[in-house]
Amino acid sequence: MAHPTLAVLETNLEAYKRTWRGSVLSSFVLPLMFVVAFGVTVGSYVDAGGKLGSVSYLDYIVPGAVASTAMQVAFGESSWPVMSKFMWIRTYHGMIAAPLRIADIVGGELLFIVLRVVTTSIPFVAITALFGAVHSPWAVTVPLVAALLGLATAAPVFAYAAMLETDSYFPLLLRFVVIPMSLFAGVFFPVSSMPFGLQLLAYVSPLWHAVEVCRSATFGTGAFYPIVGHLAYLALWAGGGFWLARRAFRRRLVG
Amino acid sequence: MRDVPLIRARGLVKRFGDFTAVDGIDVEVQRGEAFGFLGPNGAGKSSTMRMIGCVSAPTDGTLEILGMDPTRDGPAIRARLGVCPQQDSLDPELTVRQNLTTYARYFRMSRRTARTRANELLDFVQLSERATSKVEPLSGGMKRRLTIARALVNEPEIVLLDEPTTGLDPQARHLVWERLFRLKQQGVTLVLTTHYMDEAEQLCDRLVVMDAGKIVAEGSPRELIERYSSREVVELRFDDNALDAVAGKLSGLGERVEVLPDRILLYASDGDTASAEVHRRGLTPAGVLVRRSTLEDVFLHLTGRTLVD
Repeated sequence: MAHPTLAVLETNLEAYKRTWRGSVLSSFVLPLMFVVAFGVTVGSYVDAGGKLGSVSYLDYIVPGAVASTAMQVAFGESSWPVMSKFMWIRTYHGMIAAPLRIADIVGGELLFIVLRVVTTSIPFVAITALFGAVHSPWAVTVPLVAALLGLATAAPVFAYAAMLETDSYFPLLLRFVVIPMSLFAGVFFPVSSMPFGLQLLAYVSPLWHAVEVCRSATFGTGAFYPIVGHLAYLALWAGGGFWLARRAFRRRLVG
Repeated sequence: MRDVPLIRARGLVKRFGDFTAVDGIDVEVQRGEAFGFLGPNGAGKSSTMRMIGCVSAPTDGTLEILGMDPTRDGPAIRARLGVCPQQDSLDPELTVRQNLTTYARYFRMSRRTARTRANELLDFVQLSERATSKVEPLSGGMKRRLTIARALVNEPEIVLLDEPTTGLDPQARHLVWERLFRLKQQGVTLVLTTHYMDEAEQLCDRLVVMDAGKIVAEGSPRELIERYSSREVVELRFDDNALDAVAGKLSGLGERVEVLPDRILLYASDGDTASAEVHRRGLTPAGVLVRRSTLEDVFLHLTGRTLVD
């Protein structure tokens, strides 16, 4: 029989069957239109400036945008929805009354987010490839990197969501962490063009590491050890986040 | 096998910081029994239920459920429990039936079995016609029945019901009681909390009255009434507001006299004789009601009339 972790994933998928159309628009179609429009229009000026050398601006921002979208999807799915399952719908209270362990609940919920991120990233990469923005078969690994970034984002946000009593703290996280990250973590311009203090912040953010790996993949460049380093850093966020999330869920559900 | 209790608590304690919610209770529930925890708000009923449901670790004492230790064997015990919580936790994004099938999957049931079981249960709680409806438009009574159905999805040996009919209208309550009674007939052990005395009298073979974390009385509803109240109660109402003065003239009548702001209660084994005696003593009550003593009288006697908030 199915593992209880998968049963938790299944509940999410049953619910998602009803709502996927709306989420496809907001999590994939809009970002894609944005990137293509931005990459082509603003890109023509950037390319004319010649700052990126032989690299076209559209090609430059595509891998960053895939990663950034993954982060935003993961944040969206792990913030309000998780909190409401504690406070309003009480889904988790129902789950813990069944023979599920805390790890099954957190694991099943994270798996759903991984699936969401992967299914958003694959068409994103495929369609931008049609625009000629992808230069290496390594691009097939981009959805996997996005999945890891999804975990690195969602797991700590799970822990955060499990500790809150009001949803008014999510906008803070969005304004002061998520949005600045998507602007300054190397998605639209190289981090090295920023002042040193801001560069440090970019290096701390999981997004920058994912952007670097995704860019290496779509261009087919990049050295082995830096890539391993970036992935390890993302895994650290994912693993640490999972540990924190489990602890926070336990505190909230069992006591 | 018969004498091994399904639930056995010895000196069970639950503390939250400085606050002691459950203060050393001893409880044994036998297979097939309908067992009730009664008590005012904050008496420790829900904390006890959470410990039995293996989602809250005892601070002290021992607790054994189905012969297992809830802190160590939580998932194994929960696989054989059904829990109907005080607050519904149904998924509004799923249909009525999906709420049951997805929950069944947490018990490692196959999709096919889950669906069959869901249909049986929808039939049992009379929701088959709403199987494909969403949860939100259901009435309070329907949601409660669905929650009860969900608690039965794994064919549990013990069903924990935390205030199963709070907030329901009389029709819905009676339907829930009737379904719970059927479960009991099928040999399912029921453990419930309530502060409705009629519910306890209807459903419970045996119950404990809790107050401030302690058990203050234990027995069948009948036994408790005999022990803590009289057989009958005479309710006397007077036009005159000086009820204390009136009560003075009633001394020696019945087993106990209680003065309330609006009436006097006379606890007596024979209500009619007692009310005749009231008139003989020259008192002219504006209203006399002789009724049988209920669990409510016992409850108020044991836990007091002061409002607990």
